[in-house]
Amino acid sequence: MATSSVAAAGAAEQYNYDIVRKFTIMTLVWGAIGMFVGVYIASELAFPWLNFDNPYITFGRLRPVHTGAVIFGFGGSALFATSYYVVQRTCQARLFSDGMANFTFWGWQAVIVCMALGNMMGYSQGREYAEMEWPIDLLIEIVWVTYLIVFVATIMKRKQPHIYVANWFYLAFILATALLHTFNNLAVPIDIFSMKSYSLFSGAQDAMTQWWYGHNSVGFFLTAAFLGMMYYFVPKQAGRPVYSYRLSVLHFWAIIFLYMWAGSHHLHWTAIPDWTSTLAATFSIMLLLPSWGGMINGILTLSGAWDKLRTDPVMRFLIVALSFYGMSTFEGPMMSLKDVNALSHYTDWTVGHVHSGALGWVAMITFGSLYHLVPRLWNTQMHSMRLINVHFWLATIGVLLYITAMWISGIMQGLMWRAFDDFGNLQYSFVESVAAAHPFYIMRAVGGAFFLTGMLIMCYNMFRTIRKGNASEAQASISPAVA
Amino acid sequence: MNFNHDKIERNLGILLILTMLAISAGGLVEIVPLFFIKETVEKVEGVRPYSALELRGRDIYIREGCYTCHSQMIRPFRDEALRYGHYSLAAESKYDHPFQWGSKRTGPDLARVGGKYSNDWHTQHLTAPRSLVPQSVMPNYPWLATTALDYSDIEKRMMALRTTGVPYSKTNAEYERNVKEFGETVAKSLHIPDAEKNLIAQAQLGNYDTNPDNITEMDALVAYLQMLGTLVDFKKYDDDYFVKFR
Repeated sequence: MATSSVAAAGAAEQYNYDIVRKFTIMTLVWGAIGMFVGVYIASELAFPWLNFDNPYITFGRLRPVHTGAVIFGFGGSALFATSYYVVQRTCQARLFSDGMANFTFWGWQAVIVCMALGNMMGYSQGREYAEMEWPIDLLIEIVWVTYLIVFVATIMKRKQPHIYVANWFYLAFILATALLHTFNNLAVPIDIFSMKSYSLFSGAQDAMTQWWYGHNSVGFFLTAAFLGMMYYFVPKQAGRPVYSYRLSVLHFWAIIFLYMWAGSHHLHWTAIPDWTSTLAATFSIMLLLPSWGGMINGILTLSGAWDKLRTDPVMRFLIVALSFYGMSTFEGPMMSLKDVNALSHYTDWTVGHVHSGALGWVAMITFGSLYHLVPRLWNTQMHSMRLINVHFWLATIGVLLYITAMWISGIMQGLMWRAFDDFGNLQYSFVESVAAAHPFYIMRAVGGAFFLTGMLIMCYNMFRTIRKGNASEAQASISPAVA
Repeated sequence: MNFNHDKIERNLGILLILTMLAISAGGLVEIVPLFFIKETVEKVEGVRPYSALELRGRDIYIREGCYTCHSQMIRPFRDEALRYGHYSLAAESKYDHPFQWGSKRTGPDLARVGGKYSNDWHTQHLTAPRSLVPQSVMPNYPWLATTALDYSDIEKRMMALRTTGVPYSKTNAEYERNVKEFGETVAKSLHIPDAEKNLIAQAQLGNYDTNPDNITEMDALVAYLQMLGTLVDFKKYDDDYFVKFR
């Protein structure tokens, strides 16, 4: 890895780092905004006066703002940034079409802004993680097809005969997201000049389509793509090759095939046919194997360099992310068992599970990758390693507080709802379970605040780093010696 | 491994095609058949599309994101039967575009909330939930009772739903078909040319927000809440009749 500050020779073709830098900065911005909204709505559940009788900031309207800003704003921008970086370096080719890449940047930022403002104004399709109304969906479709073209055309320009494993994952994520987004957002607008539309499907079929989308947004947007990120940045930061090539082949095909079957475990015991539910549970359990395949492949890449965990806080982010990934991909199949689901569904346990994946895995692997990436993009060193360490501990403690609070309140809710007294009557009224959750809602908000504080410290650290760095001197020349 | 994966890694076309195949299988097997298997949605008497006023109420339910905290899907468990009533049937949401089954119960399930509380109670509860349920964490929605209901585009809304397959009638032939299927009273409420007239009449007759002088968003939302889960008369069916559809 070249870290010297000698500028590349003028005439040689350069990587397009400009687009990576733009998306990196927006990753930080949307991360801070999305997590702030998250902490705010968590506080609204603990202290409902925070809704301030203001329609634009009630929980029901801000919740999609939070999920949209963190999944598509923070996660999406991180994926654009890293995929554009990784595909160029591993193919040793400059990104296909600067203009189209720029269009994906401005188009995607417009999507997030419109989505957030639209949700606050009450425009919503009423489908989780797909609340964006039809004009925004169309813009997403155009941006996404452009992204696919840029990515595929760059791979076609590659100077290496092999397509590196990280790119398989990014490619599967781009294809799957296009497929899911298209079919889940089929809707009939009430007027060409109105934001309002009605979903083309109804009831049971609509539910199946939505959770096929909802689950695989997690499976591809938040998992496969971030595994792609992991397959580049973990070996790079560790300075060691990927542990097992065969394992990466096996778990790639297994994970992209199996994930698509598992969506209806979100609909256990509902009015869908039993066989779909059973099939989904079966595939969910099978999913444990390829998920852990990815985790093991990542963690064992570090074998022989374990001492880095002691000295390198960036490595610590990456490895803890993989550990949380392993934990949530064990918890997920367990919750997809019908008997466990009967207790956990509709409770805070689900919320905790999502966040152990989203904060523990997605956000942590992104933090680690960005700490690796930013000094290289601006040709400098991180402003402060100590602050990275502080960020690491704030984030770790934050996630642990969050998921512990949700485990306790979730299991408690499940047990209270099904408790009977000696006479065979329900033991608790519903609102007693709401009151019982109160202390844990406070604990969850505190955990979230820890995580947000870490994120803000990262933003400050990055700001100082970028200010002292120099983008024009970054090592962007295409050289076969370094990927 | 005897199989040579190397070929796939060198050939982008093959990689793209195999990836597409791998990610398409699940949806093709699990979702597509549900549009063709008749038993997916059982035939039950009483289920009908929403009236114009209820539809606007449902739009407000979606606008405010009520589904982020309330489910509309009762599961077949003893405790849920006692707390909420008979488990939900697929047929009961067959006209729901989109479905609102939800995934989280920060508040209770609403699938059969219709008729459990008075209009008065709902209006007060939506305006200031903690005045009735002190431990509630629900936001206040005071603007619902003070905002006039916009029903200028009600016909467009029903036309869009008609395009998706909801049997709202536009022509006389469609109206006659609805009379046969739902009876005259319901068929009238589904007739798009009369939508505005019907909406005003239902709001005035029902007086959902307990203020007879105006038609507010509260009228629409409470009208919607009050019909939830009331369409199917479960006394007409044996206890195990619905089991065969699961």
